[in-house]
Amino acid sequence: MVPRFWRKIKYRYDLVGSYCENCGNHFYPPRNFCPVCRRRGAVRETELPDEGTVLSYTVIRDGEPCVVALIELKNGSKLVSQLACSPEEVRTGMRVRKVFRRYGEDGEEGIIHYGTKFVPSE
Amino acid sequence: MRRVAVVGVGQSRFGELWEKGFRDIVLEAGAEALTDADLEGREIEAIYVGNMSAGRYIGQEHVAALIADYAGLAEFGIPATRVEAADASGGLAVRQAYMAVAAGLHDIVIAAGAEKVTDVGDPMEILSASVDIEWERFVGGSLPALYAIMARMHMETFGTTEEDLAMVSVKNHRNGAKNPKAQYRTEISIDSVLNSPYVADPLKLLDCASISDGAAAVILASGEIARKITDTPVYIEACTQASDYLALQNRKDILTMKAVVKAGREAYRFAGILPRDIDVVEVHDSFTIAEILAYEDLGFAEKGRGAELIREGVTELDGDLPVNPSGGLKSCGHAVGATGVRQIVELTLQLRGDAGKRQVDAEKGLALNVGGTGATAVVSILGR
Repeated sequence: MVPRFWRKIKYRYDLVGSYCENCGNHFYPPRNFCPVCRRRGAVRETELPDEGTVLSYTVIRDGEPCVVALIELKNGSKLVSQLACSPEEVRTGMRVRKVFRRYGEDGEEGIIHYGTKFVPSE
Repeated sequence: MRRVAVVGVGQSRFGELWEKGFRDIVLEAGAEALTDADLEGREIEAIYVGNMSAGRYIGQEHVAALIADYAGLAEFGIPATRVEAADASGGLAVRQAYMAVAAGLHDIVIAAGAEKVTDVGDPMEILSASVDIEWERFVGGSLPALYAIMARMHMETFGTTEEDLAMVSVKNHRNGAKNPKAQYRTEISIDSVLNSPYVADPLKLLDCASISDGAAAVILASGEIARKITDTPVYIEACTQASDYLALQNRKDILTMKAVVKAGREAYRFAGILPRDIDVVEVHDSFTIAEILAYEDLGFAEKGRGAELIREGVTELDGDLPVNPSGGLKSCGHAVGATGVRQIVELTLQLRGDAGKRQVDAEKGLALNVGGTGATAVVSILGR
């Protein structure tokens, strides 16, 4: 698990996605190939906006309730992420901003997984 | 292309089959299909096995060769191929078999589907590997969570309610109670669905199909040979497949399974019919919202109006368009790689008039098998 996690750190910690200079589309997770322009595409890395809106969400009830949401960022790209807030707080249309949080670990002595979560920004 | 017919069908019981192994249940389904077709077995020219995750569920790979061996067909050295597309593996195995016969490469082929899931602790975790594990699963986007996100969006966009979703579950259990091979043969009430605990809001425990052990098999033959084997061939009039972005977040419209729309349209065109010509349907109700989405994406209802079909009783066993007369994944149990094949077994029984207490009057049937959150769709149209 470590190498796979490690090679994504740049994208998970800073929310780095990709941008196609040919069609203007943003992608997250990042792609090395533009699915719209294909060979004409010119894909560059880009940092995504910090803020977005909740399009839909769920509260996973398997253990501690955990809020997982589909979020649309200000540039129109969408991502699924955890919300670091209580299940009572979340609602569709809520404005959120990204934060750096712990996601889990590989056992007691294993590596800790960090990544981007979102919190209410209103 | 040649005509292709289903000449024999079989299935194991679905459920927690502690006393049986993977090979036992596949052989049980295969033997029933051979008996149904009145074939000995050595006529089979190729095997396709739909299976998602034998490597993780039972620690065994190379399962197509295993099945050919235990079916006594290794002696003849026939090609045996495993087919994987998450929980659309079974439907896809049927499609591979269909293409082999239609193309004239083989005359008689068996397509089986199987999954043995109760040998591990958390089958849903393995099934959730059908989503993007690095970008969806990492942040908690399991299969139930992603379907829940679709469900909430459908409810808030179109006014679909938790009661509507519950009615799908109630209908499928009512049908499944009439199916001797189903895992859950008990009727349930709307209240029992609504009062079951949340798994991922707004989906409750009884909105979700359980992951089960099970196997199913169909024997396909070219149209010409089929008439010599059986008096009641059921023809495969279309068997199409489409794909979509793997992760939900990359789709423009979260509430439309583009792969289902595309595979459905191609199937109707191929069969030369329209949605209104379909008499009976088996869809992939892994979660209740999936059945509502299927009504819309297959053209039985306009986008956003799927819930009306369940409210008005259209898709009940005695309605205009019975959906999931078998009980669906919800009541039969979702034996992952077996499910798509089981759907073809059910349609064949329905079109032949062999469906017992759940029999409906039908000439054309449609099956939809979905992989993951819709990144693979297989649509089959059968006719008698």
